[in-house]
Amino acid sequence: MAVGVRTQDLRKVYSSSPPLGAAGGFIARADARGEKQPKAQISALDGLSLEILPGEIFGLLGPNGAGKSTTVGVLTTRVRPTSGQAWIGEHDVWKEQTRVKRLIGVVPQRPNLDFSLTAREILIFHAAYFGIGSKQRNELAGALLEKFKLTERANQMVRGFSGGMMQRLSIARAMMHDPQVLFLDEPSAGLDPQTRILLWEIIREYHQVGKTVLLTTHNMEEADALCQRLAIVDHGRVIAVGTPVQLKASIPGGFVLRLRFGNQTADLLQHLQALPGVREVRALDGTADNTGADVYADRGGSLIPEIANLAANSGAELSDVHISEPSLENLFLHHTGRSLRD
Amino acid sequence: MLARDAHVARRNAIQLLLQTFLQPLLFVFIFGRVMVGSGYLPAAYKSLLLPGIIAISMVFTGIWAVAMPLIAEFQWTREIEDRLLAPIDVAWIAIEKVIAGMLQALVAGLIVIPLAWLVLRPGVEISIHAPLTFAVIIVLVATFSACGGLALGCSINQQHIGLMFGMVITPMIFFGCTYYPWSALKTFPILQKLVLINPLVYASEGMRATLVPQFPHLSITAVLVALLFFDVLLLLVGLRQFEKKAVS
Repeated sequence: MAVGVRTQDLRKVYSSSPPLGAAGGFIARADARGEKQPKAQISALDGLSLEILPGEIFGLLGPNGAGKSTTVGVLTTRVRPTSGQAWIGEHDVWKEQTRVKRLIGVVPQRPNLDFSLTAREILIFHAAYFGIGSKQRNELAGALLEKFKLTERANQMVRGFSGGMMQRLSIARAMMHDPQVLFLDEPSAGLDPQTRILLWEIIREYHQVGKTVLLTTHNMEEADALCQRLAIVDHGRVIAVGTPVQLKASIPGGFVLRLRFGNQTADLLQHLQALPGVREVRALDGTADNTGADVYADRGGSLIPEIANLAANSGAELSDVHISEPSLENLFLHHTGRSLRD
Repeated sequence: MLARDAHVARRNAIQLLLQTFLQPLLFVFIFGRVMVGSGYLPAAYKSLLLPGIIAISMVFTGIWAVAMPLIAEFQWTREIEDRLLAPIDVAWIAIEKVIAGMLQALVAGLIVIPLAWLVLRPGVEISIHAPLTFAVIIVLVATFSACGGLALGCSINQQHIGLMFGMVITPMIFFGCTYYPWSALKTFPILQKLVLINPLVYASEGMRATLVPQFPHLSITAVLVALLFFDVLLLLVGLRQFEKKAVS
């Protein structure tokens, strides 16, 4: 039976620098020499609530530092939330850790394979931790190595593996105990396009047998192609939730024209707003010599001559134009005023 | 998990042997053979030295076997994360590490005894007078070293390993009554009281009390109580630190 995931009002405040990739970050803490700097309070999650349905591929999309990894950390028992609750299926993550750990499989952002073991041993020991019998775990390991195209290297130490092989092995390991919910933290970061496609296939296949998949990404293409539903996360909060199609439809117009003017007048913005097809104009609060606006509109390139005319008439100098078609990137921009790539 | 650690230990066996035994054996050779053989030290010193060497080997094997992998696994390769996600309470993972460390410390002790004896021969007078007490003491010593390794390994950052040597390990060795009996410190009364906070003192003295009772040593009761106290203390500290590391 498929298992859902739910979080309610999760907050996490780190009293020193938060671990990068909090799924298991043990980056050195602020130096412990007792200097009198006040400890920085960094809020990684600020009231994050999510509901992931049983058996769906759900994506957390957001820029670096948005709180994606911390969310995964909380759901996988690795980060204790400052407040709020999280459930995997019926089980409260922080009250029934052992039950929860049985249900989940985790692929971390940074490979954390056991460097003292061979690929096959990693899978077999992992299964042993979950109490799978020795005959069964040998068969499982063989099957997964085959599926992930690692059979040739199965008996070598993982130290010499490439990034893509390590990533594949991490996923194989996470699948060894047949978890109901699979967490993948930035699964395709640093993979070549071929491996990425293999990865997507594997994720889809796993989903087809009724498992729930939660993945984090800052790659919109991946979110768009793979996820059935998405949550856009920024500054530890959910900004928008929905299917990729719904989310994209929620942007006024769909096209975004980022304009930069030499000297801009309030007048000009009003004229822009009045152009046919323009849904929304947002002024950027830049410095005096770098002003501009984001224009959300139904059409893209065909607006340019009109905009150029307007600018010329009001004495503003058009210095840069960027047109983007309907995408999740624009959605993110719309909600946060920042580009995902910033 | 114990099986995993055993598997890895077997694979690294030679490296492990060298790193554990070379130093104590060199000590044994220099102090026990060279210094005694050339007449700078009395022959009886050999028998005094041996229990200390056993203690030091056990303690450092235990600390090493737990602390170093923990530091590496938590901060470097992060490979412990996979075990942290196994469906058991995280404290058990720490306890597994302690047991693995204890076993290694016991093995170290059992290997060092005949080795050191070979190097020092002839003229060592050791005998196990109270086998049961001896067994209890070596188990307690192994436990304290492994728990100490847990506490250290979870409290120290990778970049402070060098510091750990200078500030913890070296003073522990030199103030650990390994190369001299505790009673030899009686001309330095303050130091004599101060070294009592060093658990290695009880390990060496306990070995001395059971192996070479002809020399002055601390009472066995005091040794047992102190070792037990350090076992529990370090285990509790270690578990607390481990959980802090495991869950951020």
